[in-house]
Amino acid sequence: MFNRNPFDFIPWILNNQERFLSLLGQHMQLVAVAVLLGVLIAVPLGILASRVAVLAGPMTWIAGVGQTVPSLAILGLALPIMGIGFVPSVFALTIRALMPIFINTYVGIYSADRNVIDAARGMGANSTQRLLFAELPLASPVIFTGIRTATVQTVGLATLAAFIGGGGLGDLILQGLSLVDVPILLAGAVPVAVLAIGADIVLSRVFRLAIPVGLRTGQVKAS
Amino acid sequence: MEYILKHPERMVALTLQHIEIVVIAVIVALIIGIPLGVVVTRLRWLETPVTGIAGVLYTIPSLAIFAILIPISGLGATTAITALTLYSLLVIIRNTATAIDSVDPAMEDAARGVGMTSAQRLFFVELPLGVPIILAGVRVAVVSAVGIASIAAYIGAGGLGLLIFEGIRTTDPDRIIAGAFMASLLALLADFGLKRLESTLSHDRATQS
Repeated sequence: MFNRNPFDFIPWILNNQERFLSLLGQHMQLVAVAVLLGVLIAVPLGILASRVAVLAGPMTWIAGVGQTVPSLAILGLALPIMGIGFVPSVFALTIRALMPIFINTYVGIYSADRNVIDAARGMGANSTQRLLFAELPLASPVIFTGIRTATVQTVGLATLAAFIGGGGLGDLILQGLSLVDVPILLAGAVPVAVLAIGADIVLSRVFRLAIPVGLRTGQVKAS
Repeated sequence: MEYILKHPERMVALTLQHIEIVVIAVIVALIIGIPLGVVVTRLRWLETPVTGIAGVLYTIPSLAIFAILIPISGLGATTAITALTLYSLLVIIRNTATAIDSVDPAMEDAARGVGMTSAQRLFFVELPLGVPIILAGVRVAVVSAVGIASIAAYIGAGGLGLLIFEGIRTTDPDRIIAGAFMASLLALLADFGLKRLESTLSHDRATQS
């Protein structure tokens, strides 16, 4: 397996463009659906934990335990319940994406500047208004970091979906491993690594733009 | 669960194999990472490139790292340990640097005042005071290594992941549950144990000062 040039993966991708692009598409779809579901579930849960003090302890404890459980274990456990394919893969990836988003939403709101929130209260903002116009914007940098962490992590974990027939670039890695074919293996591995690093860079740029102007760091001008 | 009860020896053997991979990887990461963390606090210009490279390594998905390493180190435990070491480096370098940076400046001054050299300050003041923070890094590294090591079973490194993969291949939920349960338990126990150790050590520090 070692006598072939490892950079042969580039011609392999060019010669198998259609398959490569469809797996890449599948991979991105797995990530997008899982992260989107993760945000839709975890942000409200984080808000709930910040609102209902009794729930905060147990919820962060569960999130902590959930964070500790190995991803392969979650994926393996999804299999007997939901079978193989896209749905159990997304399910396992979503569970994984929940934790960082939940924790960051909770911590972001919890550690938001109390003075600003008090000011909002003083201006007569009700609980919902305070949440939407003070707490969430103040927490947004931390929440975005959580979403970014979840996305980068999901790009990597989505390769494991191949084990339970969920498709994605992991398919190429597994095929390369079983055929002992380094170019195929790297045709999956290298793009996944690039995708993960790229997602990290792109999201950190995009999210910086999404952060309220007054909260952006490194842009303070003497005036 | 039935599988665990029926095959106790196999469970023990796989668990030990799993622990072995994780322990070796984290120790190697400590041997490389702590000196790098120290160097980074002494030569500041190195901080960005060193943590940057470690950060990029950390971002590369585990199955991809395994795959990239296979042409170099082949199938088996060596590749798994190398990959786990690379992953653990980031958190250990970063926490070592943070630990040294967060030493009370008054303490540093006192050490300097009694005539300690830079090396003496490092070994007798900075590193001992930094133990709890470095240990926190070790805990994060160990927990994630336990998780990633289960994937390493696929490339022939053995360990509890083997049961999960066998279960997936033969559609045997019992085996999947046995592997998943034990791997999760191992991660939780490591997290709990190291957290306890951390708080004991930082408590000792607090009472001494």
